[in-house]
This record gives sequence, structure tokens and C-alpha cells, in this order.
Amino acid sequence: MTDISYQNQAHEGEASLGDYFALMKPRVMQLVVFTALVGLLAAPISVHPVVAFASILFVAIGAGASGALNMWWDADIDAVMNRTAKRPIPAGKVTPDEAKVLGVALSGMSVMMLGLSANLLAACLLAFTIFFYAVIYSMWLKRSTPQNIVIGGAAGAFPPVIGWVIATGSMSVEAWLMFALIFMWTPPHFWALALFMKSDYDDAGVPMLTVTHGRKSTRKHILAYTVLLVALAVGTAFTAIGGPVYLTAAVILNVLFLKGAYDIWRRDEAQAEADGYKVEKSFFRLSLWYLFLHFGAILAEAVLPAAWGIWA
Amino acid sequence: MTIKAEHEIHQRRKGRNIGVGLMLAGFVVLVLALTFVKITSGDFELPRAEAIE
Repeated sequence: MTDISYQNQAHEGEASLGDYFALMKPRVMQLVVFTALVGLLAAPISVHPVVAFASILFVAIGAGASGALNMWWDADIDAVMNRTAKRPIPAGKVTPDEAKVLGVALSGMSVMMLGLSANLLAACLLAFTIFFYAVIYSMWLKRSTPQNIVIGGAAGAFPPVIGWVIATGSMSVEAWLMFALIFMWTPPHFWALALFMKSDYDDAGVPMLTVTHGRKSTRKHILAYTVLLVALAVGTAFTAIGGPVYLTAAVILNVLFLKGAYDIWRRDEAQAEADGYKVEKSFFRLSLWYLFLHFGAILAEAVLPAAWGIWA
Repeated sequence: MTIKAEHEIHQRRKGRNIGVGLMLAGFVVLVLALTFVKITSGDFELPRAEAIE
């Protein structure tokens, strides 16, 4: 073996721990941990802190495992898109087989451990979520239908339901309201991204709405989904997980979000090109805060007894 | 080119091994803590067969 071949092997075959961690989509894991934790704390039954910590950790590992499986399956299109070209597999840091093995092993481990730490229903829900994201979304919907984001968004919406089930052992309307909030939020969030990541999805051949139905139609879709989301998000204030803190946050956030969606709908491509997709980018940033603050408000309602007192 | 005793690859491998070791140790501690919490909680019951003995 020459020095040169040794050097090449060293770079291609020896990933660092951080590369494996990057496979697990840490940013998505943050959202999963946060929303699952809110689901757990909003539930009417309290959980021992050790059980809560362990269970949320296993949910996070399950989410990371599905991220690794997604990166294994999508390595070909990740390499073509600017946004994803630096991910560990297209960057040559981790092999596709390593990602697959890591994803399968961590999926099995996380589901089994959640079953032991919490309950069987929570474990089944986590298994279904991993299956939904890795198989239904990544392997099937993503490359076959412009509704990929709409249906696939369900995978990201399950964590608060899992959190709720960890605490209660059963499902209820409140858990599904949190599910619906993320489910309805996902399409406008990703379609705004698709509008300003202009050529990425076209180059990769992913049938995003922008590619199959055009940009004008995508703008209409963003507004339509936002209107439905606003009704749902504000209406949640009047359920058991809502309250005055949530209502205040929801009204402010939804007025801003609706205005953003309206502005996107009113614009055409020429205007967007002229200012570098300023409105679309700010709507995308707002969407991140939108979800974080809604769940933050649900958390506040759950942990601030004073807020309950005033509402009651 | 001289062969260095400590190549960059060794450092990377060492870092990875330490990381995996720490994660395994953390996992053991977590399972221990979970077990302790489960068996000391009020609603813990021995399986029927063991309870009869």
C-alpha cells in the first residue's frame, strides 16, 4: 500500500463521531425533543424525571435513526442539492452502508428502550413514526408526488403525541391537536423554502409543488394552508392545553404569519427575484419561531399554575 | 515522507473510541437509574410466578 492510497483511505473510511452525529439530523432532533417534551409536560399525569428524561432521549434517538435512514436513501439527491451537498454521505465522510446500519440499529434500540422506560403504545408510535419517515416519506412519497411534504409532514408531527402517551399511556384530543398544529404548519414552512431554494429541487428531480404545479400555485397553496393553520392554532387556545398565555401568543403569531402568507401570495416571481426572495425568506424564518413559540406557550400553560388560575 | 507514530487518523479514531465509551457508560448509568426508579415506584409488582415463591 502506498502512502497516497493510505491517505485516501484515512479520509474516506474513518469518520469522526461528529460525522455520525450529523447523520442523525441534530436540528430536527432538537425540534423532536422540544415538541415531545411539551407533549409530555402538557399531559395531565406527571412522570418521574428519570423516566421522562430517558423516554425523551429514546424518542430523540429514534428520530435520529430515521434521519440516518433518510440520508442513506436520499444520498443521490442530497449530492445534487446545494442545501444538502455537505451532508456526511455526499461529502464522502460516511459510507451509505454505515448510515443504513446505524439507522436500523438505533431504530431497534430506541423502540425497545422506549417500551421498557415508558409503555408499549409509546414504543409502537415511535416505531410507526420511524417507519413513516424512512419508508412512507423518504422511499415512497418524496420522489413520487407533490403532496410529499403534506403527507410526510405527519412524521414530524408525531413527537408531541408520543410525549403525551409516555405520560398517560393513551391518546386524547389534546395530543392530536398538537399533532395537527405541526401537520398543518409543515407545508407552508417547506413550500416557502422551496420557493427561495430555487433550482435545488428541480435539479434533484424531486416533485415539489414548485416543480410540478409552478410557483404561482405554490404561493396560493401557502396562503390556503396558512388560513387553515391559523384557525386551528387560535382555536387550540380554547381547549385544555390552551389558556391566556397561549391565546396571546397565538393571536400575535398568527396575525404575523397570515400577513406573511398574504404577502407571498400577492407577489410574483419578478418581484421576488428583484429583492432576492426577501419576503419568502422572512416567512420561513418566522415559521420556525411560529412553531417554537406555540409549543413554548403550551408548555407555559402546563407549568405555570398561575396562568391556569387566571383562566379558570 | 516519514511515518509518524501518531497520524491524524489515530487521533480521530481515539476521539471516536472515547466518545463511544462515554456513551456506553452513560447508557449503563441510565438503565441502572431507570431500573432503580421502576422497582422503587409504588405500583411495582413482582411477576406472578416469582410472587408465589
